[in-house]
Amino acid sequence: MSNPTLERSETPGPGSRLPWHRNEDYRRIFSLLMVGLVVALMTGPSGNRDHPTDGITGSWFHPRVLVFLFAALVIGLLMTGYDRAKGAGRGNPLAPAIAPITAVRDRMTSQPLLRYGVYAAILAFAIFYPQTLSPFWQRVLVDQIGIYVLLALGLNIVVGLAGLLDLGYIAFFAIGSYTTAYFTGKLPVTPPFTLNPLEVVPIAILATLIAGVLLGGPTLRLRGDYLAIVTLGFGEIVRILAVNGDDFFGHNVTNGPRGAVGIPHPSVHAVGINYEWTLSSLPYYYLLLALVIVLLIAFNRLENSRVGRAWTAIREDEVAAAASGVPTVKYKLMAFAIGASTSGFAGVLYASKVGFISPDNYLLLFSILVVTMVIFGGMGSLPGVVLGAAVLQWLPQVLRGKVPPEDRYIYFGALLILMMIFRPQGLLPSRRRSRELKLSEEGIGGADSLGAAPGGAAS
Amino acid sequence: MSAPAVEHAPAPTDSDNVLEVRDLTLRFGGLTSLDGVSLTQTRGEVLSVIGPNGAGKTSLFNCLTGVYTPQEGDVRFHPEAGVTKSVLGRKPYQVNHLGIARTFQNIRLFNALTSLENVKIGIESRQRTGPIGAMLHMPWNRREERESDAEAFRLLEFVGLGKRANEVSSSLPYGDQRRLEIARALGTRPQLLLLDEPAAGTNPAEKRQLEVLIRDIAGTGVSVLLIEHDMKLVMSVATDVVVLNFGQVIAAGTPQQIQRDPKVVEAYLGGGDDDAAPAAAKKAPAKRPPATKPKD
Repeated sequence: MSNPTLERSETPGPGSRLPWHRNEDYRRIFSLLMVGLVVALMTGPSGNRDHPTDGITGSWFHPRVLVFLFAALVIGLLMTGYDRAKGAGRGNPLAPAIAPITAVRDRMTSQPLLRYGVYAAILAFAIFYPQTLSPFWQRVLVDQIGIYVLLALGLNIVVGLAGLLDLGYIAFFAIGSYTTAYFTGKLPVTPPFTLNPLEVVPIAILATLIAGVLLGGPTLRLRGDYLAIVTLGFGEIVRILAVNGDDFFGHNVTNGPRGAVGIPHPSVHAVGINYEWTLSSLPYYYLLLALVIVLLIAFNRLENSRVGRAWTAIREDEVAAAASGVPTVKYKLMAFAIGASTSGFAGVLYASKVGFISPDNYLLLFSILVVTMVIFGGMGSLPGVVLGAAVLQWLPQVLRGKVPPEDRYIYFGALLILMMIFRPQGLLPSRRRSRELKLSEEGIGGADSLGAAPGGAAS
Repeated sequence: MSAPAVEHAPAPTDSDNVLEVRDLTLRFGGLTSLDGVSLTQTRGEVLSVIGPNGAGKTSLFNCLTGVYTPQEGDVRFHPEAGVTKSVLGRKPYQVNHLGIARTFQNIRLFNALTSLENVKIGIESRQRTGPIGAMLHMPWNRREERESDAEAFRLLEFVGLGKRANEVSSSLPYGDQRRLEIARALGTRPQLLLLDEPAAGTNPAEKRQLEVLIRDIAGTGVSVLLIEHDMKLVMSVATDVVVLNFGQVIAAGTPQQIQRDPKVVEAYLGGGDDDAAPAAAKKAPAKRPPATKPKD
C-alpha cells in the first residue's frame, strides 16, 4: 500500500517524460483491470462433478469477464479524467455537484442553528426510516449494523484516537456476552443471583474494564505490531477458553462449543415503567440508537478534551508526549478500558437480542472486521466509523440473493482493496488523521503502526 | 557582547542551586558516554553545556530527563518549594512533573495538531479532569479547558507565535517550530528548562529572537540549561558555561573564562582563533571517534 503512494509523490507533473508503463494513469487503469479480472474469475461459474474444469474454462471464456473488465476500464478512465481536470487547475470537477453538501458542511461549524438542523434531520431519518423496512432488514439493522456500530465506536477510541492496534477486540465482546449468559443463569454454572440483561450491563462493563486493564497493563509497553500480536493472542485465548470451558478441571463452565441458549430479552421494571423487549427488532433498534447517540456525544467530547488531545499526542510521538508530562501508559490503559467496556456493553445487547451465543461468534475474523470498519470509515472520525460499520455490514446483506452466496465476500474484498488504494484515509476521515497521513507520505513524522509511515518514529 | 549576560545573572549563593549533578557515569556496553560528570546550576541562571559533537551533551540531557539511567552518580533537583528529589529512577513524565521540561535536538512537535493544541498538551498534563468528567462536560472540565486555552494563548504570545495559534504545527517555519516546542515545554510550568540546540538550523534573525526569548524565560525565574553549538548565542545568554569533551567536564566558568581556557580552545580548535569557533565546532566531529550518538 505504501508503494503507490510513494510513486505518486515521486511522479513529476504533466509534461515530464516518463516511460508509459511508469505513468500513474496507466498504472491505475492496469491495477483496476487486474482487480476486475480477479473478481470476474473468482465469481465465475464453478465446476461440478461431471465437468470439473468448468471453473477455469467457464470463467476465462465467458462474456461476463468482458463486463468486469469494461467496468474496471470505465472506472479507471473516469478517475483519470477527474485527476486531469483537477490537475489542469480547474479545481475539483465534481465541485458543482457536491457544492450544496460542502456549503452546508462549511457553515455547520459557524452556524449552530444549521448544525442542529442537520442533526435533527439525520435523527428524524434514523427514527422513521427503519419503520418502513421489511422485518429482514430491521433484523440486519440491529444484529449486524447496530451492534457493529457500537463495536466500531469503541475500537475507534483504541485504534483511531490512541493509535493502538488491537486485534483481539472481539474478546471483550465475548466477555460481555458470556457475563450476560452467566448472570441470566444460562450457563451450566449457577450464578449467586439471576439478573435481567439490562441489570447485567454495569457488571459486564466492569468485567470488560478489568479485562482491558489486565490485558493492557503488561502489554501496553509494547508498540505497534508487537502489541497487535499480543492482543491477537488474547482474543484467541478467550475464545479457546470458551470452547474448552465445558471441561474446566472436570466442571462444565461455558458449555463448550454448544454455547449458551435461551438468554432472556431485557426488560425494564422501574418507577412506573414496565417494558419488555421481544423478538421484534425495532424496539432493539431504538435502544441501540439511543445508546449510539449517547456514545457519539460522549466520545466527541472526549476527543476534544485533554484526554483526547493526550491520546493524539501519544499516537503521534510517544517520546515527546512523555517529555511534555503525559503519563503515556496510564492514558493507553484508559483508551483500552473505554474501548473494552463499550465492546462489553455491545456483548450484553447482542446476547440478549439473539438469545444464543457460542464461541463461533467471537472468531479472530470479527476482530479484524471491526478494525476494517474503523479504517474503512476513517480512523478517529465518529461519523466515519459509524458509516464504515454500516456500509461494510450492509454490503454482504444487499448482495444476498443477487450473487452466489460463496461470492459475496469477494465483492466485499474488492471494495476494500479499491478503497485502500484510492482513498486510504477512509470514507469520512478525521481532519487530524488526514493530516497525519499526508505528512507521513511526505516523510515527516510517523504516527503509529496504522499511519503507514516509511521509517516512522523510532525508539 | 557577553556583558549583558553577566548583568542578567542573579546573585548566586551555594544554598540556592536548582540542579546538582554528581559524578554521573553512563555506559553503553563498553562505551563510556559520560564519565564522572559533575555540575551545579544556580536557580535562575542560564547554564550552557557546550562541547564537540559526540561529547555526551545529549546523553547528559537524557540522563537528566529519565530517558537513560546512568550507572553511577546522582542527579538532584531542588524545587523552589519542597524537598530535594533525585531525578534518577523516574520515568520521563515523572521527571517532567518534578518541574524539569525539555525540548529536542530534532524538533518533536505533534505535527498534525495546531500550535495551540501542542501547547495545550503541555499545560493539560497538569490538569485533573478524567475521561468521565470530559464526557459529561462537568463544570470543572469546562473551567480547566478555559484555563488551558488562556494559558496556551499567553505562552504563544510570549514566544512570539500569538498570530499562529491555529496553524498546523508542521506548516510553521523552522524557527517558529523551535519556539513552539519551547512554548509547549513552558506549558508544564517548569522550574528548569532544558534546551537541546534550540538554534540549530535557524537563520540569523531567528537566532536573535531566540536570544531575547531565552533571556525572557530566565527573567521569569525559570532556570535554563542550554546545549548549543552557536558560540555567539552561548556567549551572549549564558551566565555560566560547562565544557564537555569525551564525556568529561574539561572546563567550567563564566563565558569569559571559558573563552580563554586553553583546554577549551584546544578541544574546539586544536589551537586556533576565537572567531572560528562555531565553524570549528561543526567540523570537529569528523576527527573524533563517534563516542555516542544518542537518538532520543
